[in-house]
Amino acid sequence: MSANLTGRARRFGDNVNTDYIITSTRKRETLDETELARYLFETLDPAFAASVRAGDIIVAGRNFGCGSAMEIAATVILAAGIKAVLASSFSRTFYRNAVNNGLLPLVCETSNINEGDTLTIRSEHGAMFVRNTVSGAVTVAAPLPPVMEAILSAGGLVGFVLHSGRPVDPSTR
Amino acid sequence: MSAGGRTISEKILSAKANRDARAGDVVTCTPDLILGTDASTPMAIDYFGRMGGTSVRDASHVMFACDHYAPPTSDRTRAFHALMRAFAKQHGIMMHEVGDGISFQIATEQGRALPGHLVIGADSHTVTCGALGLFATGVGSSDLAAALVTGTVWLRVPETIRVTLTGALRPGVMAKDLALHLVGMVGADGANYQTLEFHGPGVRTLSLDDRLVVCNLGVEMDAKASIFPFDATTEEYLAPRTRERGTSVMSDDDAAFAREILIDLSAVTPRIARPHAPDNVTPLASAIGTAVQMVFIGTCTGGRISDLHAALAVLESLGGKVAPGVQLVVTPASREVAERARADGTLDGLQRAGAIITETGCGACCGTSGVIPGNGATVVSTANRNFKARMGNATASIYLASPAACAAAAATGRIVEVA
Ligand code: SF4
Repeated sequence: MSANLTGRARRFGDNVNTDYIITSTRKRETLDETELARYLFETLDPAFAASVRAGDIIVAGRNFGCGSAMEIAATVILAAGIKAVLASSFSRTFYRNAVNNGLLPLVCETSNINEGDTLTIRSEHGAMFVRNTVSGAVTVAAPLPPVMEAILSAGGLVGFVLHSGRPVDPSTR
Repeated sequence: MSAGGRTISEKILSAKANRDARAGDVVTCTPDLILGTDASTPMAIDYFGRMGGTSVRDASHVMFACDHYAPPTSDRTRAFHALMRAFAKQHGIMMHEVGDGISFQIATEQGRALPGHLVIGADSHTVTCGALGLFATGVGSSDLAAALVTGTVWLRVPETIRVTLTGALRPGVMAKDLALHLVGMVGADGANYQTLEFHGPGVRTLSLDDRLVVCNLGVEMDAKASIFPFDATTEEYLAPRTRERGTSVMSDDDAAFAREILIDLSAVTPRIARPHAPDNVTPLASAIGTAVQMVFIGTCTGGRISDLHAALAVLESLGGKVAPGVQLVVTPASREVAERARADGTLDGLQRAGAIITETGCGACCGTSGVIPGNGATVVSTANRNFKARMGNATASIYLASPAACAAAAATGRIVEVA
């Protein structure tokens, strides 16, 4: 799997649950992600959605995406033009949902990244490097499990199932 | 990888993957039951189409339920139900309508989730079913769709935390207090990617309803599964519900556990989770006197028959009336719960005390179909999550407590000690 992204860091803290990404109340009215992206993170920061730019990168602390397994939390982030989330850890259902939709979840040290820092994410020699162009710091992200990498490489679970036409085979490595 | 004994998770996932699977292995499993709700299935139907799905691999293993929008309060949510209904009809899937209850609660009651089973559900609280000695875990809509297409799901076999229970809960202390105690101890991500497996002599002192509550709150520690071993209580619960027995699966004495947690049940005291996080747990005693405007007794955590019984008993012991200025909302978790509570007079009693009884299902839990708290309201709820805006109003403050503590708050208008 390859990546070559540059974007602005958008900082969040620990334990950002999926209701904080998009509230259940909003998703009751529509499942159109572009529509819902207007309410992205509204509970944490009502001004966030208006300030988001395509290419922004979410940077969080521990346990990003905990709580409800609602998949729309991953797809609304994508609809806002965000292609990667960096966190020191992810809750398992969000992690799966992100990969299944082609949103790149990277586990790495995030405490030294500030709001607005410009980050580049590049895959080199089979590893993922996160470079903070403001501080100059370079971090290596934890490798994704092979099955996750295979799904991401297919663009998500839809592409994976379409192309393999059979059960998801974890021996794909 | 050690060739030693195996945990319940390792045994069940090995059986469903047809190979010896150990913690850390990634395996393709065939679930015995695949659950979808009205909050997750509409999106899954979309993924199903995009995956080129034309037929459901094994419809007899699939069940849908209308629980989050019960009843639908808009044309949009009504359309979600219509979409699911048409899909279920086309593919021969069992569909539970509004009023039947919360998906995995129905599966539990109807003997669809059995000891030794692998259950996946597009709802994080699917882990609740683990109370019956099985592996149940939550997935999103795309994994639900892939499971419909292929009849399988890939899973990483989790490590297991062994929770050993001794003693028995004291009067006035409920399973919810134990569950909150554990969440406070383990933390919001303390069991991430892991299974909580319960052991010890304390297990048999817990009813099946108690075990469901404890397993339910597993997700609030990020647990992938939460499992009580099969025993006489499991057998008794299932006997009148199904002729199928399932398979009793126990972990081996020399199984490898990631860590151990010991809890003396007799030392557990009433707990409360303060706003706005389920792991923000303190002794109930520390919140005494807090004025309350709404009380919610319901959900997949606290909407079962034993919860409603406990609530009515406390209300009656405190004068039998909801305090002026307090809105008490009661939502049975399923049709079975509602019918039993109606038959034995519990619903009548609660209604006479001043409660609003709503349609069964998720109700006010996540702001999708129930009563929404007023601006600035303080709510005490039997639910599992108290995130800001969870009930549909970001200015409300939600406390989580036992049904007894919630009923006491309804009767007095304040958080008070439970007798
Ligand atoms: S009652 Fe609440 S927590 Fe349980 S399934 Fe429904 S919305 Fe989810």
